[in-house]
Amino acid sequence: MNRFVRIMLAAASLTVGGGEATAKDTGRIFVSNEKSNTVTVLDGKTYAPVATIRTGKRPRDLKLNPERTRLYVACGDDNRIDVIDVEKLAVVDRIGGIDEPEVFDIGPDGRQLFVSNEDEGRLSIVDLATRKVVKSIKVGQEPEGVLVSLDGATVYVASEAASLVHVIDVASGTIKADIPVGSRPRRFAQASDGKEVWVSAEVEGIVYVIDAASNKVTKRIEFQPRGFRRDDIRPVGLKLTRDGATAYITLGAANRVAVVDGKTKEVRDYILVGSRPWDVTLSRDETRLFVANGTSDDITVIDVKAGKVIRSAPVGRSPHSVAIDD
Amino acid sequence: MTRFLAALLVLALSPAMAAERMTIGYVDRADDPRHENRIGFGGILLEQRGRAIDGAKLALEDLAAVGRSLDIEIDLAEARAENADAVAGEVEKLRRERGARFILIDAPAKALIASARTRDAMLFNVAADADALRGADCQAQIMHAIPSLAMRTDALTQFVVARKWRDILVLEGPEARDADAARALERSAKRFGARIVAKRPFVLGSDPRERDQNNLALLTGRPAYDVVFIADESREVARFLPYQTLSPRPVIGSAGLTAETWHWAWDRDGGANLSRRFRRLAQRPMLGEDWAAWLGVKSIVEAVLRVRTADFAKVAAHLKSADFRVDGSKGQALTFRPWDNQLRQPVQLTTSDAVIAQAPFAQFLHQTENLDTLGTDRPESTCRMGGTQP
Repeated sequence: MNRFVRIMLAAASLTVGGGEATAKDTGRIFVSNEKSNTVTVLDGKTYAPVATIRTGKRPRDLKLNPERTRLYVACGDDNRIDVIDVEKLAVVDRIGGIDEPEVFDIGPDGRQLFVSNEDEGRLSIVDLATRKVVKSIKVGQEPEGVLVSLDGATVYVASEAASLVHVIDVASGTIKADIPVGSRPRRFAQASDGKEVWVSAEVEGIVYVIDAASNKVTKRIEFQPRGFRRDDIRPVGLKLTRDGATAYITLGAANRVAVVDGKTKEVRDYILVGSRPWDVTLSRDETRLFVANGTSDDITVIDVKAGKVIRSAPVGRSPHSVAIDD
Repeated sequence: MTRFLAALLVLALSPAMAAERMTIGYVDRADDPRHENRIGFGGILLEQRGRAIDGAKLALEDLAAVGRSLDIEIDLAEARAENADAVAGEVEKLRRERGARFILIDAPAKALIASARTRDAMLFNVAADADALRGADCQAQIMHAIPSLAMRTDALTQFVVARKWRDILVLEGPEARDADAARALERSAKRFGARIVAKRPFVLGSDPRERDQNNLALLTGRPAYDVVFIADESREVARFLPYQTLSPRPVIGSAGLTAETWHWAWDRDGGANLSRRFRRLAQRPMLGEDWAAWLGVKSIVEAVLRVRTADFAKVAAHLKSADFRVDGSKGQALTFRPWDNQLRQPVQLTTSDAVIAQAPFAQFLHQTENLDTLGTDRPESTCRMGGTQP
């Protein structure tokens, strides 16, 4: 019965979805599934599946353009970025010739993608109008996290193999600083004042806070959820609220999200989620948190104010990243 | 004109290249059979193999950004000894003539022990798995990047005991290394509560007078067992054992499920990228010794990054300190055991094209460090650091 209702609901939302094809701010949740080569689209209220979009192989990071009309999906094993039309819920374009894209960021003007090329150890800057790589910069091996500064002048890249954060001047395409951090740096987060850059060092189990003005590490955040050893703590995904007051950090093998005070850097809480959580995303109003659980094939939805899980929604195999059209 | 100017610029810049310089040494031997492909009867290629120096070269490429950012030039000086007996001499020469203080060695245990005479150097063992080298014969200046034999049999034994496959039939080949492996398994079985129901020697052949030792069905008859462990360095018997046992039971050891340092099919923790980079450089799959050489160089450079200098004493001290941690693409941070200098690391249990599991397993907890359930733990260690401290 329950299942029947769910299917009916899914079918209903599909029809509704078709009807409001021109509506924006659908609230829909997009999840890339690394091992099923799809993006799952969930209804933003019921979390029921709305559509499954076939993409290139190993879809990983995905991000909406500033107008939220296009969704870019990095397809690592097909060396391309697929472009999904957010209304049609279909791949409408492909930007090829990009070596093993993993994580990317979009410049503040929405005209360029900054993509880490995991296999080649490079950062590519892709011009979206010409769909060409306009600059390619050699960085340390296994680059992953990419963060463009608010003014678009600087880009940060984390090299997992070299344990370095590269600070790159976008105009000249040169590395202006290398910041040593812990083993296997993965992803970045920044609040809207742009003063700090947070980076997770997965294998060391530490989150580093870097002062953006001096490029110096100002704080190391440690995690000690009860009952876990240091080696089970592997922070990967992180997100700061716009005001910088709170950070949400996924802890991988510890199956938890840490809630950290953005000012004091003290851990306030640990929330149990699914298995091997990596990517974490906030809704625009910052009331809900979405976590992609890589080895339980689901996402966890958390009520931010209550600090409680409100839903665990199944998606495809090995969900990588979450984007919300709200 | 521009070209001329460019040439001048290069000339002007090159002498002032790096503020510091570090030469990492690498010694192996020309007569090492492991450097040749494994070839079966009829010239069939069974396994692509090669020199583990490819792993060291890859690590230097992987970590080029570290040297650049610290303005330290790190290079590799290699020497090939004629045979195992000549390894120690080459190590000494690299130390004296090339100024190498960190030296990777791909050679058997006796060559490593002889090499430990070289003063003021830190040596990295990338291939010798002898347990004695971590025990009675241990040397203060030798760091072991490759797992010991005991770590590998512990990994296999944990796997079978966790599944309650406790009764093990042991088949032991004629080589000295086969006896070592069988002995290591006996120790592991005692440690994790498995039972060895019988131990049988085997030989390669089809002489009917020796059929109790060369016929797979006869070798795998009663008593009842849950799993067959075969110790066969040559693998010429082992590779035919799965599906030929008298009872329908899995094979582990030298065939079936094998315990490895590294398998190219590991696709987590950046493993797929690492194996792909290696294949691009060496034109063959990455093997355990390649990984150990890669990890050795990676450890040295990681320590350089932390102490921000190429100064030998400082880098070596950091490598031996409690603060040292290195990422080996096996998930967790790796460290060296202070009591015998063995790198703590997960062991991969593999088939031909899959990593089935990584030991240790959650069923075998340790009071401080789960990786210490593999190999020799501190209270059991017979290592009393001989040789000279680096």
